[in-house]
Amino acid sequence: MYVAVKGGERAIDNAHAWLSEERRGDLNVAELSVAQIREQLSLAVNRVMAEGSLYDPDLAALAIKQARGDMIEAIFLIRAYRTTLPRFGASAPVATADMACDRRISATFKDAPGGQVLGPTFDYTHRLLDFALVAEGEASAVERGEARAEPTPHITEFLNKEGLIQTEVDSEDVPGDLTREPLELPANRPLRLQALTRGDEGFVLSMAYSTQRGYARNHAFVGELRIGKVPVEMEIPELGFAIEVGEIELTECETVNQFQGSKTEPPQFTRGYGLVFGQSERKAISMALVDRALRWEELGEDNLGAPAQDEEFVLYHSDNIQATGFLEHIKLPHYVDFQSELELIRKLRREAMENTTPVQEAAE
Amino acid sequence: MSDYNFAYLDEQTKRMIRRAILKGLAIPGYQVPFASREMPMPYGWGTGGVQVSAATLTPADTLKVIDQGADDTTNAVSIRKFFEKTAGVDTTEETAQASVIQTRHRIPEEDLREDQILVYQVPIPEPLRFLEPSEIETRKMHSLEEYGLMHVKLYEDIAKHGAIATSYAYPVKVEGRYVMDPSPIPKFDNPKMEMAAIQLFGAGREQRIYALPPYCQVVSLDFEDFPFEASKADHPCDMCGAMDSYLDEVIMDDAGNRMFVCSDTDYCASRRKAGHVGAQAAAASAALKETAA
Amino acid sequence: MTPLLKVENISKFYGHRIGCKDVNFDLYPGEVMGIVGESGSGKSTLLNCLAGHLDPDTGEVLFEMRDGAMRDTVTMSEPERRMLSRTDWAFVHQHARDGLRMNVSAGGNVGERLMAVGARHYGNIREEAVDWLGRVEISETRVDDRPTLFSGGMQQRLQIARNLVTGPRLVFMDEPTGGLDVSVQARLLDLLRGLVREMGLSAIIVTHDLAVVRLLADRLMVMKDGYVVETGLTDQVLDDPQHAYTQLLVSSVLQV
Repeated sequence: MYVAVKGGERAIDNAHAWLSEERRGDLNVAELSVAQIREQLSLAVNRVMAEGSLYDPDLAALAIKQARGDMIEAIFLIRAYRTTLPRFGASAPVATADMACDRRISATFKDAPGGQVLGPTFDYTHRLLDFALVAEGEASAVERGEARAEPTPHITEFLNKEGLIQTEVDSEDVPGDLTREPLELPANRPLRLQALTRGDEGFVLSMAYSTQRGYARNHAFVGELRIGKVPVEMEIPELGFAIEVGEIELTECETVNQFQGSKTEPPQFTRGYGLVFGQSERKAISMALVDRALRWEELGEDNLGAPAQDEEFVLYHSDNIQATGFLEHIKLPHYVDFQSELELIRKLRREAMENTTPVQEAAE
Repeated sequence: MSDYNFAYLDEQTKRMIRRAILKGLAIPGYQVPFASREMPMPYGWGTGGVQVSAATLTPADTLKVIDQGADDTTNAVSIRKFFEKTAGVDTTEETAQASVIQTRHRIPEEDLREDQILVYQVPIPEPLRFLEPSEIETRKMHSLEEYGLMHVKLYEDIAKHGAIATSYAYPVKVEGRYVMDPSPIPKFDNPKMEMAAIQLFGAGREQRIYALPPYCQVVSLDFEDFPFEASKADHPCDMCGAMDSYLDEVIMDDAGNRMFVCSDTDYCASRRKAGHVGAQAAAASAALKETAA
Repeated sequence: MTPLLKVENISKFYGHRIGCKDVNFDLYPGEVMGIVGESGSGKSTLLNCLAGHLDPDTGEVLFEMRDGAMRDTVTMSEPERRMLSRTDWAFVHQHARDGLRMNVSAGGNVGERLMAVGARHYGNIREEAVDWLGRVEISETRVDDRPTLFSGGMQQRLQIARNLVTGPRLVFMDEPTGGLDVSVQARLLDLLRGLVREMGLSAIIVTHDLAVVRLLADRLMVMKDGYVVETGLTDQVLDDPQHAYTQLLVSSVLQV
């Protein structure tokens, strides 16, 4: 018996109620607090801030809780929230040279002013599951030393002094805002960098990896990776001067790449750049490699046809909110179009079979 | 939702969208880039249509939302609720009562009027996209009116299948200039696009808006000797008996028995209210009464 | 009679290296100009500058449009130039793959230019495509096959059909017989000669093969290291070369 499908509204309400239950999980288990997520899952919080393009650890932690740990879902919540926020203006460019570095390493020099500072890194841990973490106990006391006071200039400055590396050209131009203007191609470097910093970490990682494996290899050395807090300043029109409005944690990666030049033009190293909210090393380094790959044209290199060199391909597919939206939308009803396809295929089959039957009849 | 502006978007954003809409109406069929905002529903769920509706709605409007022609499909319900919450506008299921209709994949069967606006949800605005993946190249093709590739595709279809093998999102030429993707409506709906209402098309993820002003010339691409056919299942509606509406095929049982029902639920309901009866209507209404009880 | 094409002072540099320098010539309707030289002579650079594929550093390429006006195609807008390449101009690439749509049938390849200028009757388009395939000696039975299934020679003949179907007035050819067997080359040259005469085409043919110019070209330009070192009527230049390099070229052709 045919019954028209009704009750869509009730179904949705019930689905949301069940979702809420699943999010909370077993009531006998303590509820996660937003503060716990912020403090103890800070790398997840960093990723949500970076790809959500919004620096607010509490909001990011809330989003992760609400999204049940689905990172892209959490990023979506942050992006949607960001859309509603009023804009007062833009800050001055942050001076990463003034960063209070918690972590600062360089692969290009054994040592440099400011030192090699490991910081809180997983790099040299042995990836053995630590079952002691199952028991919630007191954190063991960590020995404290003197806070570092020395200035930490950028490594690239030293290369710059010798003229060994291409200088980044200072510009007074206000960069376009990817979130306020539609992406149009060809894009320029500022827009590409914006797209990369908020692009999906997995996607940017894979693109970067591909360049290391020969799909437009550019010989990247990590000139410097630094992580720490920087002050954010903004000029307030009513005051007539700039004030510090807060500080944020950033990861900055500068790569030293394949040099260019010729017998007559002195060669120089070229550069890649990555900058991401929070401690997000993998993303910052990936970003620098892909940034460099996308610069092939302005650096006069060959287009080797590598995916990481294809600006349109990289920029159009790096946004995971766009990607998941379009991917998942195929779950929505498409039966009207499917019906048209059914009609078409039935018609074509009929015609094809009509075309073959006369031959059969003749043969009989 | 009192923290949000009327229809969710801030006034600056609405202004930006309206400018894009005006440009689209001035150049029918041309894809206007716009800075699509992140909305509370995912890309792919109709954010383009929602942004266009949000910029178009006024407090006095009456809104109808349909998906696959029906008011009660889950996404239509979700979007209607969104506007009820953020705009507080009246909503309706009756096509004739609505001033703004947001739709996914169908054009209502009933003729629309000059005082109505039809807003389409569009996934891929570029009709040449699957022939030429590069956006840089397709924008050039549109600006130079280089549509040879499109006709080559139609030619190839006929050479291979004996007929044009596109059944939905069937490309059209607008006012003799731009080739446009009408969104994934079945080709049966194409002729309806020459109508009295304003038609607005929103693609959120792809960041494009395009439009057709009233009484615009919209011609489905074809060959003189293989003319366009607005075809549908050769069957009347089993509920209301309509011969001229697009039908959903419903599978009834394991034996493969099936029923055909109007995809446009309001059209079907109005016809039944007016006394029209289809072949299986009697049995179906009995079953309906059982479920309602 | 006015020239169809006037080439004035065309030069193209790659950094300090000369691509081609100070090239001047006129081409009249129905005339075929051959440009010969070994690889590196600058002949392909010159052809690409003339056809609008490369921007020359100096000079003008004046073409007589349908309304009789002489327009400089170097400074023309891109839309106009693209229109020209779909109607009055044609370009036959050395590698057929560069001049064909490999994932489109032979009929579709030939019909595309017709459809691009407004043809809307499938039957007529197909008939004209089949007719052209016949003229380039491709069997009608191949009309729905993709060029990937064709031999090299057939692909090249298809490319020619695709280019000539809209009756262009000027055809650029870049090593049209390159990479083909000798016997296949001969057949292709015969075909080209017939079509050029029949349609009154003007053509500029770049080749390193003197047999090609002997058969097809009315006039000849010899290039070396980016410069034109000798020019004149084909037979005169080949039978009585004046420049030392031309003499070398002519004498090094194997006499079979």
